[in-house]
Amino acid sequence: MSGADDILLKVDNVSLSFGGVRAITDVSFDIRKGEIRAIIGPNGAGKTSMLNVINGFYHPQQGRISFHGQTRARMKPYEAASQGIARTFQNVALFKGMSTLDNILAGRALKMKSSFFWQMFRHGPALREEIEHRKFCEEIIDFLEIEHIRKAPVGTLPYGLQKRVELGRALAMEPTLLLLDEPMAGMNLEEKQDMSRFIIDVNQHFGTTIALIEHDIGVVMDLSDRIVVLEYGHKIADGNPDEVKSDQKVIDAYLGVAH
Amino acid sequence: MFYREVGQFKTSYAADQAIFPIRQDRIGLALILAVAFIGIPLVGGEFMIASVMIPFLVLALAAIGLNILIGYTGLISLGTGAFMGVGAYACYKLSTLFPQVNIIVWIIASGLVSCAVGVLFGLPSLRIKGFYLAIATLAAQFFLQWCFVRVGWLYNNNPSGAIEVPLHTLFGIPITGATAKPLTRYYVVLTIVVVMTWFASNLVHGRIGRNWMAVRDMDIAAQLMGIRLLPAKLLAFAVSSFYAGVAGALMVFLWLGAAEPEAFNINESFVLLFMVIIGGLGSLIGAFFGAALIHILPIIVRTAPDALGLSIGSATAEHLTYIITGGLILFFLIVEPHGLARLWQIAKQKLRVWPFPY
Repeated sequence: MSGADDILLKVDNVSLSFGGVRAITDVSFDIRKGEIRAIIGPNGAGKTSMLNVINGFYHPQQGRISFHGQTRARMKPYEAASQGIARTFQNVALFKGMSTLDNILAGRALKMKSSFFWQMFRHGPALREEIEHRKFCEEIIDFLEIEHIRKAPVGTLPYGLQKRVELGRALAMEPTLLLLDEPMAGMNLEEKQDMSRFIIDVNQHFGTTIALIEHDIGVVMDLSDRIVVLEYGHKIADGNPDEVKSDQKVIDAYLGVAH
Repeated sequence: MFYREVGQFKTSYAADQAIFPIRQDRIGLALILAVAFIGIPLVGGEFMIASVMIPFLVLALAAIGLNILIGYTGLISLGTGAFMGVGAYACYKLSTLFPQVNIIVWIIASGLVSCAVGVLFGLPSLRIKGFYLAIATLAAQFFLQWCFVRVGWLYNNNPSGAIEVPLHTLFGIPITGATAKPLTRYYVVLTIVVVMTWFASNLVHGRIGRNWMAVRDMDIAAQLMGIRLLPAKLLAFAVSSFYAGVAGALMVFLWLGAAEPEAFNINESFVLLFMVIIGGLGSLIGAFFGAALIHILPIIVRTAPDALGLSIGSATAEHLTYIITGGLILFFLIVEPHGLARLWQIAKQKLRVWPFPY
């Protein structure tokens, strides 16, 4: 199933350092179209930095990233967004003063084109666009089962729901690559089950490729097709869940053994 | 009781995306407009129109502009007074250079001049935020005020240093200058304020408003949605200064009739900032509440003793006004730190569920 042309994103020998601190050292891996790719590793291993490099927040000192076959050295976050990379954050980064619906509509920012003039009158193209995108967002709201909180200010929502709204906002961008930074951190079992279900659904129904950072190893092993393991900024393993699970280096660095 | 939306079912997203989805709100808005356009001119005396309503509307317009910047986009500005001044001086300059052109055209044009100056001083906003940005806009305040005093060309080298408004007519009726009736001026100001409030409301409820609020609430996530920070922030500066500029032009041409550079000093900027904060950040109706509290409340307090038949000295009355107004501002902020607009929202929510607590 692996050919050169079904690689969506390729990270080549990327190194990133902040002053003297090396966050990522010479890491390479790829993400294939349509797969769920997990990035795991102990705290401080450089997982989130890796995501930040992929969507353009950090500019690596060395290495290249190619997305959709296009190689780039430096990229701004909004350029990554317009190429179809969406992202959720480890600590929820919702627009707190806005309602759930407005948050998800904000995710449509790139798809909405009507001019300032029509926006001013809220008429013609601006109004049509508003209704059309509302319809699209309602589908996401339906899909994530958050109909009851659509008008609620997101600041008042419980944590689990906030995470779900954040996923909805990322989905509103209709991404080809969705980066999820610890989507299940701090959730209870039911919430984790719900979230896993949504992730699988997104992957299978919309065909979205997903890169996922998660500490719950059970979830990672169940969800992901392939796993990258980082430690102190180095890649120590890469492969399918079974290979990674039995890799001695991974067991030493991260998984540990049952006593 | 009467404010309850039960039974108002929406069958389309168009109806649900309306700015006033609740019928009672639409009725309320129509009532307010009726009072403003018909009621106040019928019952209000010259004092009511010229010294209460016109200043209230002008200040509310400037507060809307500032609210777009602070409340919606999260950029603090201490230069609103100066941007109003840019509008006023631009309007004066344009209307004395080309007196034959309709004054309404020049009022709008002076908004655009102010808009350009605002964008220029908004450029640092990409790099600096919060209090630091406030200081950068403070530089705009002092620099522009210096220009109003020192650049003689701006006030046609008038020896008094002030700008005086000549006569201009609209459809043959004088609307500026000494012969313009307060009522005509009131209608012109009211129309401009209503139209511009409507534009502002459309903007903040659409894509542009959402982008602004996204930048305010979490600029990192906003970038990831594909929102570019600099254009979004500059647009907020542009729109905000446009509103301030038009308000400044209205202030000199339709309210005061003449102005000195002192009218646009840092005090004016602070007063507008207070209006926005007390009225409610991120709320258009809050701008009106804030303007009413800061401008109309002292007038009421000042005239209350006379109305009640108490005779106190004018100096005492003035002191009392300051004490009572200051006290009330503190009271409102303690009751609801998020401003009068939030208080209004809570009241509406209570009405919706009345007589039940929730």
